Amino acid sequence: MPKTIIEKVWDAHVVSQQPGAPALLYIDLHLVHEVTSPQAFEGLRQRGLKVRRPDHTFATADHSVPTTDRSLPIADPIAAKQVAQLEINCREFGIPCHSIASDRQGIVHVIGPELGLTRPGLTIVCGDSHTATHGAFGALAFGVGTSEVEHVLATECLLQRPSKTFQVKVDGALQRGVSAKDIILALIARTGAGGGTGCVFEYCGSAIRALTMDERMTVCNMSIEAGARAGMMAPDDTTFEYLCGRPFAPKGEEWDRAVARWKPLPTDEGAAYDKQVSIDASALEPMITFGTSPGMGIPITAPVPDPAALADPIERDSVRKALAYMGLEAGKPLTGQPIDVVFIGSCTNGRISDFRSAASILKGRKVNPRVRTLIVPGSHDVKRQAEAEGLDRIFREAGAEWREPGCSMCIAMNGDQLSPGQYSVSTSNRNFEGRQGKGGRTFLASPLTAAAAAVTGVVTDPRSLA
Amino acid sequence: MKPFTKLASRMVPLPIDNVDTDQIIPARFLKTISKEGLGDQLFNDWRYDAQGLPKPDFVLNQQRAKGAEILLAGDNFGCGSSREHAPWALTQFGFRAAISTSFADIFRQNALKNSLLPVVVPREVHADLFALVERDAGAIVSIDLESQKLSLPGGRTVEFPIDAFSKHCLLNGIDELGYIQHAEAAIAAYETANDAGVNTLA
Repeated sequence: MPKTIIEKVWDAHVVSQQPGAPALLYIDLHLVHEVTSPQAFEGLRQRGLKVRRPDHTFATADHSVPTTDRSLPIADPIAAKQVAQLEINCREFGIPCHSIASDRQGIVHVIGPELGLTRPGLTIVCGDSHTATHGAFGALAFGVGTSEVEHVLATECLLQRPSKTFQVKVDGALQRGVSAKDIILALIARTGAGGGTGCVFEYCGSAIRALTMDERMTVCNMSIEAGARAGMMAPDDTTFEYLCGRPFAPKGEEWDRAVARWKPLPTDEGAAYDKQVSIDASALEPMITFGTSPGMGIPITAPVPDPAALADPIERDSVRKALAYMGLEAGKPLTGQPIDVVFIGSCTNGRISDFRSAASILKGRKVNPRVRTLIVPGSHDVKRQAEAEGLDRIFREAGAEWREPGCSMCIAMNGDQLSPGQYSVSTSNRNFEGRQGKGGRTFLASPLTAAAAAVTGVVTDPRSLA
Repeated sequence: MKPFTKLASRMVPLPIDNVDTDQIIPARFLKTISKEGLGDQLFNDWRYDAQGLPKPDFVLNQQRAKGAEILLAGDNFGCGSSREHAPWALTQFGFRAAISTSFADIFRQNALKNSLLPVVVPREVHADLFALVERDAGAIVSIDLESQKLSLPGGRTVEFPIDAFSKHCLLNGIDELGYIQHAEAAIAAYETANDAGVNTLA
């Protein structure tokens, strides 16, 4: 029977399957960070267990780390203790750890791929919902809770049920000013924040094939915002070219053997999916969110929707509550809305192509003096590359801040945050209430749209800045 | 894990769709290295004002929430971040079950591992439950896991789905890790037969 890539990777990792029980699924790569792991390591200690495969495990510190001068100690004592605990845990259990002092430190979903740890056909987990990012390589990658982090540390396995398969077909060429971020925001606006629950997405179609790996990761990254635990893409020459020569990628004859293993992974002709949706990429405009769920997204030229038009009373109240929080009026355009902060970075848009994209707008321009613009590379590798290309100079000359790598204002755990009532245009993945700081109000958008807002000080269609 | 068999309780209504785990427990409380002390921060930003005082109009601060063990939530409850701090905070506050039309996948998995029962009901039952708590804040419903039945006042019962494995684990307080460890021989055999070539120590 023809199979989807989702089923192929799943089937290859089933260790055992008892009747009436979930499958025991083998995990090839376990990424660990400081926030969701300490209680799992403590669980191992209490049970007297070891880490089964330190050689399948890789840790970094990203959520709590400051993005300011790294020669200084972490000012927040609670964050400092959490990062120190990660280092202690990794030392004790023999796990390689690229913490705050490492020149490989970065956001876990940025460094996994750039180091060549992420590869086609692997199962990858992390105590982080944006683990979906790694699906861009044809890996089955999903976020897990801390109990499951402990299960994988101890046994390299998880009890799992297969998800439904959901094909997301994106065809056509993107227009100028429209990017990968707009594809995924448009999809989530279509499915809603729960439309992918119980499913794994497979993204396919000509628009996906045309994306670079950085762009594919942007799309897969936000699968979870539609409720899908994972999002996958077939590996192809773009994938292989990206991986070849990366520090942990197979070398020489091993590389050839690996590519031969990866080539049969794409979905077989005629394979059936449980669900399907199609998107015409050529009809997409730059997208922006207006509310407090990533599903509340609209084309930037559209007015803020009217909740009164919604039939379901709870849904109507939810959108009303969101508009009240955001201080927005139904029926009015978002363009022209004054903003206070622009954040360019995160595991969604913190890669080199995102900064090139932002620089294409900021080059030779100045950031509006009312706007604070934080530009935060996803890793030291990204930072070095951006600096080699002179992007940091473009940003600084425009009046933006070029900072050290980390999750930063995507999750606002490290001191980079909005003040109550402030508006941001952010390239991150969540516009939840208070996500970027208590009382802060977030418009999610692409790096182009964020950079355009930084220049004008208001929500701006990036196509208006040639 | 604490076993879950049955409970009878008032419901705390939270009629909002897509409640994300950032609302359940904001990220700034995730710098802890412990599981404890999260119950007081449950729904922090909806629950307390800028001075840290309880907002009287938020349901968790009302008399009806005292001692209640069931949260009646909107669709897609627990979406967003994978933080297990969300079920830790909910159970530390005192909740033992949540009722909704759907739960986000990762939250659901995390809840089951912490003896917090996610009860999925059809849309019309969900609407009836909200109508019930609006009429009578003290209305008691009971949940019996063994028979998978939710009982409303007046004798109406509604069956709810749960897979046999999760049910068995909850009823008996079985921790999944112990179960996985019993498969050691199968795991070792899988590792011998399959080498994905991952070596993070290289």
